[in-house]
Amino acid sequence: MPTLAVAVPLLTLSAAALIALAGWRAVTAWVGPLTAAGVTAGGITLAIHVLDQGPVTALDGLIRVDALSAFMVIVIGLIAMIAGIYGVAYVRTELENAHTTAVGARIYGTFVQLFVAAMLAVVLTDNLGVMWVAVEGTTIATAFLVGHRRTRASLEASWKYVVICSVGVALAFLGTVLVYYASLHAGGGDAATLDWTTLLQNADRLDPGVMRLAVGLLVLGYGTKVGLAPVHTWLPDAHSQAPAPVSALMSGVQLPVVFYAVLRYKTIADIALGPDYLRGLLLTAALLSLAVAASLLLAQRDYKRLLAYHSIEHMGLVAFGTAIGGPLAIGAVLLHILGHGVVKAIVFCSSGEILFASGTTQVSGVRGLLARTPVVGATFGLGVLALLGFPPFSLFASELAIARAGVSAGLSWAVAIAFLLALVVFVAAIDHAKHMLLGDPPVDIDAHRTSAVAAVPLIAGLAVVAALGVSIWPIERLLAAAAKAVTG
Amino acid sequence: MSNTAFIQYLDLAAGLVLVCAFVVLWRHGLVPIVRALTIQGVALAGVALELGIHEHAPELYFVAILVLAVKGVVLPTILLRIVRSSEETREIEPMVNVPASLLAAAALTLLAYATTRDIVALDPSPQTKAIPVGVAVCLIGFFVLVTRRKAVTQIVGFLLLDNGIALVAFLATAGVPLIVELGVALDVLLAVFILQVLTARMRAKFGAMDLNQLRELHD
Repeated sequence: MPTLAVAVPLLTLSAAALIALAGWRAVTAWVGPLTAAGVTAGGITLAIHVLDQGPVTALDGLIRVDALSAFMVIVIGLIAMIAGIYGVAYVRTELENAHTTAVGARIYGTFVQLFVAAMLAVVLTDNLGVMWVAVEGTTIATAFLVGHRRTRASLEASWKYVVICSVGVALAFLGTVLVYYASLHAGGGDAATLDWTTLLQNADRLDPGVMRLAVGLLVLGYGTKVGLAPVHTWLPDAHSQAPAPVSALMSGVQLPVVFYAVLRYKTIADIALGPDYLRGLLLTAALLSLAVAASLLLAQRDYKRLLAYHSIEHMGLVAFGTAIGGPLAIGAVLLHILGHGVVKAIVFCSSGEILFASGTTQVSGVRGLLARTPVVGATFGLGVLALLGFPPFSLFASELAIARAGVSAGLSWAVAIAFLLALVVFVAAIDHAKHMLLGDPPVDIDAHRTSAVAAVPLIAGLAVVAALGVSIWPIERLLAAAAKAVTG
Repeated sequence: MSNTAFIQYLDLAAGLVLVCAFVVLWRHGLVPIVRALTIQGVALAGVALELGIHEHAPELYFVAILVLAVKGVVLPTILLRIVRSSEETREIEPMVNVPASLLAAAALTLLAYATTRDIVALDPSPQTKAIPVGVAVCLIGFFVLVTRRKAVTQIVGFLLLDNGIALVAFLATAGVPLIVELGVALDVLLAVFILQVLTARMRAKFGAMDLNQLRELHD
């Protein structure tokens, strides 16, 4: 089993090397999705093993897989699979339209694999310093992907993305250094450490004064990369300018993978400082994010930016659930991460097809999708409904559970505010989606045919989220064990 | 090295790191700004070396060489290449003028002392007493990021922030574990390299490195 834990990120790294060497060809295009399938299978195997026999460690404790890590590996694998299969069709169309070149496709394929490998490293390592290095690694791997189209706007987006995220994450590094410093003086004869497992054992002896500063910096720093308000400003730019499959990965997995770091620190901070400190920080960021998303969604005219603000809303909900804490809320947060990730990937991939079909990212330029491209219209429409929390999709179940947990934790006022803001988002999104899906399609546009390769992962993904909404039985034990890893 | 000499050299090097941050605010020319950053990198390597001698940790000699190579040589070279490849070699109009910037930096230094009291109190030693200096450099880096509009000065602000954090790490815990140190150095190097490529592309598209050009994306 330790070998498997090391093999999973190595598999993705070798896929990156293969595409870099062989280029983007008919065969190597499928390396990405195949690797993602391998990652998913590896995640499931690790999860089964961890549930039966406890955490797996490898490489002298540098890598440690518990239920939470295994769950995140599965999330990364599933969404990389959706984005990867769609990516095959996407790059084919881009090459046909001469929007990219063979070199561009090779760079795209290589960096996507490096990006996935960096995310796997974040969730697999036990060392909080290495985790930081991997988080910054995801920024580096995606920098050129955001600017892939090389337009003025995408250049602007990638500059802002790299500067704001690197600076934000640098603050998290200062926080990490302070945690290391606190561990040095935690007594008990242990040397300074950044190993999460050891820190957790000594958590009650970490100096509260230093930890308060450290946790504040960590939430602000990682929060920047999660897209939590008020440090979210890069997100709508980067997510709207990146190629559709990359937007899918950035929105669907990168944000929750960085939030995973906050979850890991929560376990330590709650023991060292008591639960109220982190709760206050996260609750403020969550409600602010929901407010920002709600106010900016109303007047939004670009549908990719619309989806980006939607990610801010959902990360706000995830932070909200984490602020509540307790097994029910954390379990719901993890289910929400899975549901939102898969659906957001589907919707972003659909938006890529919409862009091909209509040639514009303006909401006003898209009419009658359901009549014109029924498959994409349906996946986009159903995806938006799922994101808004309609049953039977699993986001309905997770949002309901977060609300229930909030009320029973005595935070009814916050739940009321959060769901009032979610209602504003609901109205705004329905209005925009209605405009895009219904009405008479313009006649003079040459048809873009959505290939089966593009359609199959989107439909399959929606089916998975709908099935999970009906019953979470297959992942129930894993969710409970992963939530327990956070709540201690 | 005797203990008093160690403390003197350490304070000297830490002080030099802070002075270089002030020089960045004071100078208009981009070349002197990069030069100040180079000296800061060398001073930082000096801090690592002194700690290595004092704590008999050969690992820190290696870190000192790494810091010297990355912050003293490679990063300044990249920055100088960006500066030389454009005609403009001056930060034309900072949003806050120089006297006001220096006053703000002095205020930020005081703020750094106020916010780090808990950190120093945990283990008052000659090393930790200098931690506020590192935090002050971080805050000045932030100030540069917010008030300067050239692509190069933005990168300089980011590197000031990074150097400040590195100084805090050296003073608080004699550096982070080696594997993390290597990873961080690689990350910073790659990030600056990416920013260099983006600056070149921006110059090709906008004909300038002025970030006021970046206003296509908004709501």
